[in-house]
Formats: sequence, C-alpha cells, structure tokens
Amino acid sequence: MKGRVLTRASSWSRGVALAGLLALGLAAAADTGNPPSRVPRPVVDAGQGDKCVANTDVMRRNHMRLLTHQRDETVHAGVRPRDTALEGCIACHASRKTGSVVGSDQNFCQGCHAYAAVKLDCFECHSSKAQLTSSAADDGKLAGAAQ
Amino acid sequence: MSTIDRGRRQLIGFGAAAVAGIAIAPGVRLFEIAAAKAPGDPVSGKVRWGMLVDVNRCASDCSECVRACNRENRLSGATRETDSQWIRKIDIKDASSGRTCSLPMMCQHCAKPPCVDVCPTGASFKRADGIVLVDRHICIGCRYCMLACPYKARSFVHEALRDQSPEVPRGKGTVESCTLCVHRVDRGRQPACVEACAASGHEAIVFGNLNDPQSEIARRIASYPTTQVRADLRLDPGVRYQNL
Repeated sequence: MKGRVLTRASSWSRGVALAGLLALGLAAAADTGNPPSRVPRPVVDAGQGDKCVANTDVMRRNHMRLLTHQRDETVHAGVRPRDTALEGCIACHASRKTGSVVGSDQNFCQGCHAYAAVKLDCFECHSSKAQLTSSAADDGKLAGAAQ
Repeated sequence: MSTIDRGRRQLIGFGAAAVAGIAIAPGVRLFEIAAAKAPGDPVSGKVRWGMLVDVNRCASDCSECVRACNRENRLSGATRETDSQWIRKIDIKDASSGRTCSLPMMCQHCAKPPCVDVCPTGASFKRADGIVLVDRHICIGCRYCMLACPYKARSFVHEALRDQSPEVPRGKGTVESCTLCVHRVDRGRQPACVEACAASGHEAIVFGNLNDPQSEIARRIASYPTTQVRADLRLDPGVRYQNL
C-alpha cells in the first residue's frame, strides 16, 4: 500500500519535470529559431555541389537507389551520362580541400555514412577523387573545367 | 550538364554520324549511325566489336600494347601469378618449320563465352555489342570463369587496391579481364592497346565493328585468311589473328 502511494508520487514528479523541460525547450526554440537537438549533426563539406540532379530530401533518401539503377544501366547497357554517373557525383561533391568524398568525417560521402553508421564500400573499387580522365574530358561540362 | 547541352550534343553527334555514313557510301548509313552511339544511349546488338591482329606486323621486342593497357587500366604491370594481366605478349615457334611469331593475347570476347556459361551469379556477361565483361558488383570471386577460359585471359584481384582510374573501377575479391576499353568504346574511341600499337608505328591491331561490312576490320576478314585461336572450341572469338 505504501509502495503504491510512493509510485504515484514519483510519476507525478516525473510529469512535472517533463513539462518543465518541454517549456524550457520551447523557450530555447523561440530564442534561436532552430529546434534544439540532443544529438550532434554531421558537418559535411558538400564541395561545389549546390544544384543536384534532384532535390536534397529526395537525394538523401534515394541516392543509393539512383546509383544502383545507374550502375546497372552503365555496366550492362553502356549508358554513360555525365550527370547521374558516380563519377559525376564525385566531381561535384569532392571536398575542395582534399579533392575526395571520403578520407575524413567532414567529406561528403564518409561524413554522412559515418554519422548514420552505414558501411560505405563503393570506394574499395571506385576512385573517390575528382579526377579528369582523357575520355571524360571529351564530353560534358568537365571539359570546360579542365581548361 | 544541363538538358539543353546534352540534347545539343546528341544532335551534333547524330549529325556527324549521318554525314560520315553518307560520305562513305549511301548503303551503310544505318551501320554507321548504330556504331556512333551517344553516351546516353544503350549498346545495340547491331554492332559487334572485334579486333584483328596482324601477327606479321607485331614485333617480338615491342610491348607497347601491354604498357598502354597497364597505364589505361592502372594495372601494376607486374607478372607474378597473383598480378592482374589483361593482355600479354606471347612468342610462339612452329616446331617443324622453325617460324617464330609474336602476338598479343587477351580476352577473345567470344560470341559463346564459356566464362558466362559457368558463372554462378550472372556476374560474367556478354554485352549486346559482343564485349564480355565482369559485373564486379555481382562477382563473388569464385574464379570458375578463370578455369573455364581456354585463353587464360582472366585475373583475380588478390589484394586491396588504391588509386584506381575513375573510369576503370577494380577491387579485391573479384575477377577481371580485358574490357576492350569499354569506357573508351562507349565514347567512340579506340581501345588503348590499338592506339598505342598505331603510335608505335606497327599498326598491327585493327579495331572495329565486325557486323559492318564496310568497316576496315570486316573488309580485311573478308579478303584475307584469318585465324580464331582454338577455333575447334567453336566459341567464335571476336579477336582474330592474321598471318598466324
């Protein structure tokens, strides 16, 4: 019987504490204009990428599907567009400091993947650096960038 | 690349292809357009890429094709059992006549490739235009294809690699072989070995569309006797040898 009363009292005090925290949180949100976050967010250098092939929210959720689709098109059917190829992604998103999308937790691919704890194995085979190759220079906007 | 740019480029590409087709002969326009694929188009079964090696022109002391392949695909160039070799030079001697000749040997891009037959995952495949490749996303590294290939054309990557070419992804645990420089061919260029052979002055290798009767390779195959290595296996290789 005694224990039951105590339980009730502690749940009441927990409720008060929660309400207080919520109020504090709302006040903080009103102060800064940003929702308060209890977890750190990834700091990612997006390179020169300001205009992608799709909106940011679409790319965040679906980039792996787009890449897999393009991968099969390229390997099996020889379709090699500049914009949706992995090479095109890297050319745009490589860090301006290191020229790569992996290698540091600030770099584009590794930054997010380390944050989300998702293994990234593209770059065991694919080059992670923005490089201009002779045949890539033949077509597309990269030709202009090379000059 | 903006949509407008791509459209414009394709239009220019088709225009150039059409002009080339008319310039050669009115009857071959279709083939010429099919061969001049825009980078955004899928490969077509109307084309079959092949190579013709004139063994008389191939010098025993020259390995420019091998060096060009190593450079283009960023292979180490080492020739130990565990190193990747996509193309190698072979010197052969006829025991009875004593005639010696030198030739490059690589994936023969068979029309009926045994490596494709044995692949348990479908990683080893033949593209519509006859180029035999390994889809390394699917390859599990079992190496059945290496055993099945009568030309010993395939290599297995034993160790982790670094600094791969952006256009030629390669990685540990997968099988690889000559891709006929598919990344160049898809952009209308010739394989690296063919360019290097021409640059060295030997001009022993001709690359082209076997299905186009007006192409140099098809005309030469139609005019001169050529050999498919191990023709008895009836794999119909896309690489042929002249004067072998």
